[in-house]
Amino acid sequence: MSALARRAAAILWKDILSETRTRQGFTAMLSFAALVLFMFGFAIGVDNDLLGRLAGGLLWVAIVFTGTLSLGRTFQNEELAGGTHLLRLYPGDVRAIYLGKLAGNLVVLAALEVVLFPAAAILYRVDFAAQAGPLLLVAALGTFGFSVIGTFFSALTVHLRARELLLPLLLFPALVPVVLGSVGATEAFLAGDPLGRAGGWLRLLASYDVILFVVCVWIFPVVLEE
Amino acid sequence: MNRLTMLGWLAIALIAVGTVLGLAVLPADALQGEVQRLLYVHVPVAWVMMLAFFVVFLMSILYLVQRRLKWDLLAVSAAELGVVAAVLTLILGTLWGRPTWGIWWAWDPRITTTALLVPIYTGYLVVRSMAEDPDRRARWAAVIGLIAFVQVPIVYLSVFWWRSLHQPPSSPQSMWSAYGLVVLLGFVAYTLAFAYLWLRRYRLAATELELELSGPEEG
Repeated sequence: MSALARRAAAILWKDILSETRTRQGFTAMLSFAALVLFMFGFAIGVDNDLLGRLAGGLLWVAIVFTGTLSLGRTFQNEELAGGTHLLRLYPGDVRAIYLGKLAGNLVVLAALEVVLFPAAAILYRVDFAAQAGPLLLVAALGTFGFSVIGTFFSALTVHLRARELLLPLLLFPALVPVVLGSVGATEAFLAGDPLGRAGGWLRLLASYDVILFVVCVWIFPVVLEE
Repeated sequence: MNRLTMLGWLAIALIAVGTVLGLAVLPADALQGEVQRLLYVHVPVAWVMMLAFFVVFLMSILYLVQRRLKWDLLAVSAAELGVVAAVLTLILGTLWGRPTWGIWWAWDPRITTTALLVPIYTGYLVVRSMAEDPDRRARWAAVIGLIAFVQVPIVYLSVFWWRSLHQPPSSPQSMWSAYGLVVLLGFVAYTLAFAYLWLRRYRLAATELELELSGPEEG
């Protein structure tokens, strides 16, 4: 394992340990996600056909809302303990910090989705299971893009006053291709992809993921400079 | 009269000429009627918006390479003008769209992307206004200016795939030549106006920074 991967893994492990010892963050996040799903139900009404048609979009909005709260906490422990310069004291390439934090966000979001997809399937009466393979791919690409951008902007806003407000302000416009791609592909697969449009959305997601990942990794050291 | 002031007057004169030509001299469009005259402002202002955001991108790169605060001040000056131009583009486009398309708003790629540019660069300006240390502020702003420029074309593309309604950009073939000339005049006039306001705003920003760096102890 390369030095970069080892350092990233160390940061991931540290965050997983501190999260599993308290579990407060994740529990609150799951409850919030469930509430968002219910809110959509209350706002739209118990029209099962309508909810079923909107399920893909509603699910991804719930993921984005909940995920944004979670991403905002990416560097919170370090910030509370005295600032991200503590992280910079770790030896080696600072990109390992980004990769480790990115991996941590991927783990958290994946855990969230493991609960959210079945919950949405039950509440909105859609059959995700029939398209499990393709939807897994959509979820993976969408979640990766979300985490890549979110981890980056989280590092950028952690020192700012009103960061809870600024993170979504920077994040949401950047997420437009991710949301359109994920929702487009999810809805196409749920409908059996009659128009063959899912492939285009997947390619959009994959390209955006790769481009943003390269740019974010490349420029991250600038964000963490003191 | 210094050169910058002369540039300002030249821009005003050209805008005045373009406005008189567009409003009074040229006949109204056969199909769209009087409302088509908005085009003489809408298209050049949209161009200024794109120019301004491109300048933000260039200045951000220059800052990240050279780390001179001058580039940051030039970037933020362009970003402010870009946001104003984007809002103006949207307002003018909406005024045109209602009588022409029959709707105030269309989920078209160019309209939607323009609307998204406003929060993107507002975020840029707000982040910048919240950081206190000049170097830190410049660094974060440059990073956002760079990322925004990477994401915007893909945002456009993704909305384009999602749906499309906006008419294709007017090419010389689709416009009567006198219209084309007035639009061209508009491009020149509004570009000069951008250059003037940009450099003025930059001077102001440079003075502000000087005051900030000299600190309260010197009064």
